[in-house]
Amino acid sequence: MSNQDPVWILGTSMTKFGRYADKDLIDLAAEASLGALDDGGVTMADMDVLAAGCLYEANGGVGQRLQKQLGQTGIPVYNVANACATGATAVRTVMMAIKSGEAQMGLAVGVEQMGKMGMLGADRAARSDKQVFERKGRFGSVVGVEGRLGTNMMPGVFAQAGMEYAYENDGVGFEQFAKVAQKNHEHSTLNPLAQYRKAFTLDEVMSSEVIAYPNTLLMCCPTGDGSAAVVLVSDEKLKTLPREQQRRAVKVSASVLTSDPWTEGCQVQPDVNTLTRNAADAAYEDSGVDPADLDLVELHDCFATAELRHYDNLRLCEPGGAGEWIDRGGPWRDGEIPVNVSGGLLSKGHPIGATGVANLFEVATHVRGEAGDRQVPDAKVGLAHVIGLGSSCGVHILERSGL
Amino acid sequence: MGDETAPDEIGPKQMAMVEYLKLGDDPHLVAYVCDACGATYFDRRNACAACGARDFSTGRLANTGAVRTFTIVHRAARGVPAPYISAVVDLDGGGRVKSNIINIEPTPSNVSLGMRVRLATYVTATDDDGNEAVAFGYEPEAA
Repeated sequence: MSNQDPVWILGTSMTKFGRYADKDLIDLAAEASLGALDDGGVTMADMDVLAAGCLYEANGGVGQRLQKQLGQTGIPVYNVANACATGATAVRTVMMAIKSGEAQMGLAVGVEQMGKMGMLGADRAARSDKQVFERKGRFGSVVGVEGRLGTNMMPGVFAQAGMEYAYENDGVGFEQFAKVAQKNHEHSTLNPLAQYRKAFTLDEVMSSEVIAYPNTLLMCCPTGDGSAAVVLVSDEKLKTLPREQQRRAVKVSASVLTSDPWTEGCQVQPDVNTLTRNAADAAYEDSGVDPADLDLVELHDCFATAELRHYDNLRLCEPGGAGEWIDRGGPWRDGEIPVNVSGGLLSKGHPIGATGVANLFEVATHVRGEAGDRQVPDAKVGLAHVIGLGSSCGVHILERSGL
Repeated sequence: MGDETAPDEIGPKQMAMVEYLKLGDDPHLVAYVCDACGATYFDRRNACAACGARDFSTGRLANTGAVRTFTIVHRAARGVPAPYISAVVDLDGGGRVKSNIINIEPTPSNVSLGMRVRLATYVTATDDDGNEAVAFGYEPEAA
């Protein structure tokens, strides 16, 4: 095969996201993996490579432990961790194996079991003040900086990312951010796989407990458990498979991973924008798809303030126009470009390692026309985006088979 | 960090909570400045993240600037008093810094994007020997 040939999603599956006290991490990964193999009409014996994404057990040999429940066939296993882009990185690992010609078919799975972990980003056990002050670390600090020199916790970091957009653009404020959460909670009521499926009025969103202004409780994604998986296949191999498998296959028209290039200020406030724009622009160029062609987008709404910025970063609205776009309903499921019809991270949930695979499941299910009650009518092409701080951004563009 | 004239410790009793805060009669921040491209950093670097050069000098940053973005943290990390305002400040003459906005009530109506602020210091913790850790924040210029 030529590495210009597309790679295809042959099968995909995800668990319902939620909290599973009665299952372990490998149960969840196995459920999604077996589901994806069954959906693709293949078995572990057909897989040439396995990539397993999991953040909180990154050194736990998750891929090998999973093989012991699925089939130990001796294939290469890659255990992958890359912040909130962990799942997308697992997918790309299999993509690269196929593109290089080393593999014809592979399984990528993302999984996480977080339970009620609480807010991420601060020291797990807050650094206690020393009995006698002593300088430590690269800042030479004598006491913990969290809460003294601003916040590094996720609700506040992403609140600041959103407020920076409000600083740079007119027509953006608390209400516009809150409308994002109102939309995603409303969308989630149609998704049986979502962790939460409850609609809220705009007033309920805005008057819920403030976590980090302007993010209220209903504007922050939950932690939770879940898994999602995809089986990828080379173009050459797909053409040898039965007609029905070819028809249901989903074309991966672009697969891009970026990190954050140096920008002014990115040392004190993570820049979630430049790497997203870079990834999106590369994906549009690679695929020949224009933002206006998109029938749906699943983007990384870890907080409502983040989603609004990404309308602009992914070129879904006019430059600077994200506030106006949500005001006129552009990203609603009956709007110009439906965004997060799954309910997004805000309602569907965000088991970190699973997220970047679950958004591919969602887009693939729509372009196959198999999304049931939440189906975007006649969806042919969609985009999936994840971003992890540090930073790492994955963008995929998926298209209906046409075979 | 360099800047020999401005101590980061005064006697046995007060210490800046981070090395890039300098105390004395004229408290201010210093940064590592890349000799090649001028990028600034508060933490020690092996090479410049912007251009890859390896030599740095120490430069003083302005005490005044404008609020570029903020959040009001209500649910804080364990042991951190809340609510408080976290902000990123664009400093006059260059450089961006994150800290708290202090000496005002932490409500959305009291802080605005673009608001002019200036550096202020305060004692944030004391150790068992009586040494005091001094933190910095920004207060409204108008106050």
